[in-house]
Amino acid sequence: MRINCPFCGERDLAEFVYLGDADFVRPDDPLAPDALQRFYEAVYLRENPAGLHDELWYHSFGCRSWVRVTRNTRTHEILAVDLAKQVNP
Amino acid sequence: MSESIRNTRSTDRPARYSIFSLMRHALFGHRGWGHAWRNPEPQPAYDVIIIGGGGHGLSTAYYLAKMHGITRVAVIEKSYIGSGNAGRNTTIIRSNYLQPGNLPFYELSLKLWEGLEQDLNYNAMVSQRGILNLCHSDAQRDFFARRGNAMRMHGVDAELLDAAAVRRMLPFLDFDGARFPIYGGLLQPRAGTARHDAVVWGYARAASNLGVDIIQNCEVTGFITEAGRITGVQTTRGEIRAAKVGMAVAGNTSLVAAMADLRLPIESHLLQAFVSEAIKPFLPNVVTFGASHLYISQSDKGSLVFGGDIDGYNSYAQRGNLPRVEHVAEDGMALIPCLGRIRVLRSWAGLMDMSMDGSPIIDHTPRAGLYLNAGWCIGGFKATPASGYCFAHLIARDEPHEVARAYRLNRFATGHLINERGEGAQPNLH
Repeated sequence: MRINCPFCGERDLAEFVYLGDADFVRPDDPLAPDALQRFYEAVYLRENPAGLHDELWYHSFGCRSWVRVTRNTRTHEILAVDLAKQVNP
Repeated sequence: MSESIRNTRSTDRPARYSIFSLMRHALFGHRGWGHAWRNPEPQPAYDVIIIGGGGHGLSTAYYLAKMHGITRVAVIEKSYIGSGNAGRNTTIIRSNYLQPGNLPFYELSLKLWEGLEQDLNYNAMVSQRGILNLCHSDAQRDFFARRGNAMRMHGVDAELLDAAAVRRMLPFLDFDGARFPIYGGLLQPRAGTARHDAVVWGYARAASNLGVDIIQNCEVTGFITEAGRITGVQTTRGEIRAAKVGMAVAGNTSLVAAMADLRLPIESHLLQAFVSEAIKPFLPNVVTFGASHLYISQSDKGSLVFGGDIDGYNSYAQRGNLPRVEHVAEDGMALIPCLGRIRVLRSWAGLMDMSMDGSPIIDHTPRAGLYLNAGWCIGGFKATPASGYCFAHLIARDEPHEVARAYRLNRFATGHLINERGEGAQPNLH
């Protein structure tokens, strides 16, 4: 498996560290009445789809950027790679 | 469904295996053995449906019938039984855990392993050859001593060996390398291996004998919900109803749970495993490398069976990539230098349900009528007997078994995590 880093080009899987689901959204209000439930869901629950998955990888042995990758978890085919800061607000 | 190897003398109930039945069948050229389990058409309804015909699903069905007298049970398997992780693991059985939430459970499992072949009347090649976890630093030895003491406090066998004792056991380990010096190891003598396929077949045969219907090539495509309860499943072979549905589908857990609108604290990952060419008896027990994560044993056929960590990214592919292959090979060479001359025959991968604390879930779900057995990470095979035993208990009595009381789904919300590795909410680290 190779990931096409926007800075470094196509690099081997071994250069990257995997974080997980890119759609993690940190709940914005810790004082909301359902804050505990929302924090629990954000930290622990996952879609875990078979098929297209948006995920975050860290280019540890390269430029050390965070990249957001769209990958098919059934076939490992990578469909898109962007720098994470360009995609997430 | 035609059965091409049908003998007119065989009945639905297979013969009890014994030296006498072996001799009797030998007289007739072994053509009289009937099928080991029935292959019935699914009934419209059962008392319990178990989704997943792997080790855990089949053992659950067996113990439902045997321990609780619930025999109107269907095990529904999308492919052939044991085609998932039950047929892909590295066969290790052990109960050398640290956490109090884990130790009684895995020890129950080991005790069930010890009586399993007599109970099932099936040769599962349970081999209590011992497992030795090597340690490579003072700190690691201290940690292993702590784990060994935790085991002994729970009545589980454990011995702490020094380097000299390890050298007497396994002289071919690398004792000269300065990078990973061998300080000693934690030994569990009663641990060992079991033949994974035979475990599936043994439970299938015993369960089928007690009346459980094993329905293969039948994939669950949805749940039937009536008045807010789950009352059955939709499958590729029609609708099947039951008041209680239990799911034991390992790495496919999130997919099946999504059919009931449930999101779970699980990520599916791949774990590679490897088998070498067969060689003469060389490795007498199971050995694990403390400086990394390699575990290795030798099968009765002579092959070395080994593996390491998961690749580390979400996957349903059941095949892995080369960085992990390289890593496992490096670990093997660091541990046992003479491995360099042995050829690897094949590799494959399983589909692991990695949980958010590395420990399993055996619990009700928020959906009435649906029971969950999942989160086994990379340690499900050794748990096969106790998982089925406890899941059956939960389904039959709607109460957790004593040794599985901590395996709650809500523990992530309440903070009662059971974390052997001490890692956080990062499934690929467990």
